Amino acid sequence: MSEAKNEFWNGVRAEFPLLIGVFPFGMIYGALALNAGLSTSASQLMSSIVFAGSSQFVTAQLVHDAAPALVIIVTIAVVNLRHMLYSASLAPYLHDLSLRWKALLSYLLTDEAYAPTIIKYEREGIKPFSHWFLLGAGFSLWFTWQVSTALGIFLGTAIPEDWPLDFALPLTFIAMVVPILKNRPMVASALSAGVVALLAFSLPYKLGIILAALTGILVGTILESRQALKGAQ
Amino acid sequence: MNIWLVMLIGGLITFGMRFSLIYLFGRFEIPQTMRRALHYVPPAVLSAIIFPELLFRNNVFDPSLGNTRLIAGVIAILVAWFSKNTLVTILAGMAALLILQLL
Repeated sequence: MSEAKNEFWNGVRAEFPLLIGVFPFGMIYGALALNAGLSTSASQLMSSIVFAGSSQFVTAQLVHDAAPALVIIVTIAVVNLRHMLYSASLAPYLHDLSLRWKALLSYLLTDEAYAPTIIKYEREGIKPFSHWFLLGAGFSLWFTWQVSTALGIFLGTAIPEDWPLDFALPLTFIAMVVPILKNRPMVASALSAGVVALLAFSLPYKLGIILAALTGILVGTILESRQALKGAQ
Repeated sequence: MNIWLVMLIGGLITFGMRFSLIYLFGRFEIPQTMRRALHYVPPAVLSAIIFPELLFRNNVFDPSLGNTRLIAGVIAILVAWFSKNTLVTILAGMAALLILQLL
């Protein structure tokens, strides 16, 4: 059991810089949802029922604009579409877990839980207690999201605007992605995805991210196949 | 409109998407090509999030030297490249941004 506990805390530690970055977003969401006309309990519980930052922002906005229910639901689905990529990416590593574990870890699977976990799994492979790492990363983010939502609801956005805490998010992602750029397909994958994300930035519902990610995946895979072919000749 | 129903359905769909392939790939074999492609999800997705964070400010494209987040981000990328250390990278990037904001 202590091995499990160890992995859990490793996950929490790896998640820590992301928690700092997420905290102000949770507060902004809480304040914004309340302002948009959601009740205190709806604002708070959306953070555990939907538990997906950007779609919660959009939902609050759409409720404010009195958008039809169907529009809001479809929007939530499209904004969260990228989670299917995370699901596919982690699937090989969670293959042997029980259905209950798979369901729990899926519920906790956000951008911020995915990033440190996949970096660890790709580097080290999986061991018997590796899923506790994802639980630690996912749960600490979940907990932080609930607390920061509550603070946003009751205190408003108490963090001064010129405190760039949110910058901890891209910085942590940089710290995670740069070390895995070890060969040309990886570098090309990252660069092509980044450029497409810029070009497609104006697409609504975060679709730019999906388009960019698919481009990067395609570019990396094609280059790797071509290298493999060359190596075989 | 019942906001609770909307949240519940939205939450179920979100959970369904997160669960979808973890569940399906647990029941069916993952094709080899797919397995290979999946290794590119982390660099592709993370870069797709990072680039706009550095180059767009309030929805405006800003590739100039006056863009403090871009400069701090590039510094963080260099530090990450040479140090391979998460904490050092984050601290360097944050310090760079705070200093640039003061200038």
